[in-house]
Amino acid sequence: MAPLQDLEVQQKRELEKKDESTIPARVFLPNTDIFETDDALTVVMEMPGVNREHADITVEDNVLSVAGRIDFSKYEKLQPVYTEYNVGHYRRSFSLSPNSFDEHKIGAEMKDGVLTLTLPKAERLKSRRIPLK
Amino acid sequence: MALGFADPFDALFRFQRALDQRLDSDWLEDATSGVGAFPPINVFRQGNDFVAVIEMPGFSKDDLGLEVRGNAIRISGKKTIDYGGNASVHRRERVSGGFDRTITLPVQLDPDRVIAEYRDGVLALSLPRAASDKPKAIKIS
Repeated sequence: MAPLQDLEVQQKRELEKKDESTIPARVFLPNTDIFETDDALTVVMEMPGVNREHADITVEDNVLSVAGRIDFSKYEKLQPVYTEYNVGHYRRSFSLSPNSFDEHKIGAEMKDGVLTLTLPKAERLKSRRIPLK
Repeated sequence: MALGFADPFDALFRFQRALDQRLDSDWLEDATSGVGAFPPINVFRQGNDFVAVIEMPGFSKDDLGLEVRGNAIRISGKKTIDYGGNASVHRRERVSGGFDRTITLPVQLDPDRVIAEYRDGVLALSLPRAASDKPKAIKIS
């Protein structure tokens, strides 16, 4: 097996379009992996501090939107003395190609701050294997 | 500075500002090697004791190690990402690999009372100060 690569800190990126927020708090972009298999597109988002009750996933007009809220009341009695990162809610959207996915069969799973969305491909989009004669 | 949360609408904003003000503060007194190493750590004071909060999504508890000795905390672990055999990757922003980081606090800890909890991708360490290091009130006669 190849030796483990050293993990490096990824600076948290902020959401730039604050179109929906009415309060000045910062919103962060979840680090996201997207990959495709024969049957589905999988979207994996890292939202540390967000539990399954506080993750909202919507698909509307071919836009997949994910919002994750953290529970910052846990910090109420704590005074910061040394910090290396900031905390906040998460939000991110992706455009999907129209009519490509079965919106009613999207699967969502949340584990250890990682949200995994499985978007099954619509029948017509599944790649067809061409048999060789 | 105490954080007030009277107004829920700007409480988060004020909390974020308070975190910014302590960004890479000199509280660790340069005693730590590896500032800026993985994973990112926030340290808070709670009365006489301390709490460290570490964002590290996607780890398995079994792949994390934690040691506390004196005033040093050592955290190590590894994270793997599996896309499955025949996946074609559109976007890759998450990172995988291993880490081993030690931070040294300017206070002595009581290792037997340290509590560690990993939930929702956040590791929270409750770090009680050693009895010998607790401030004592002196009665003025």
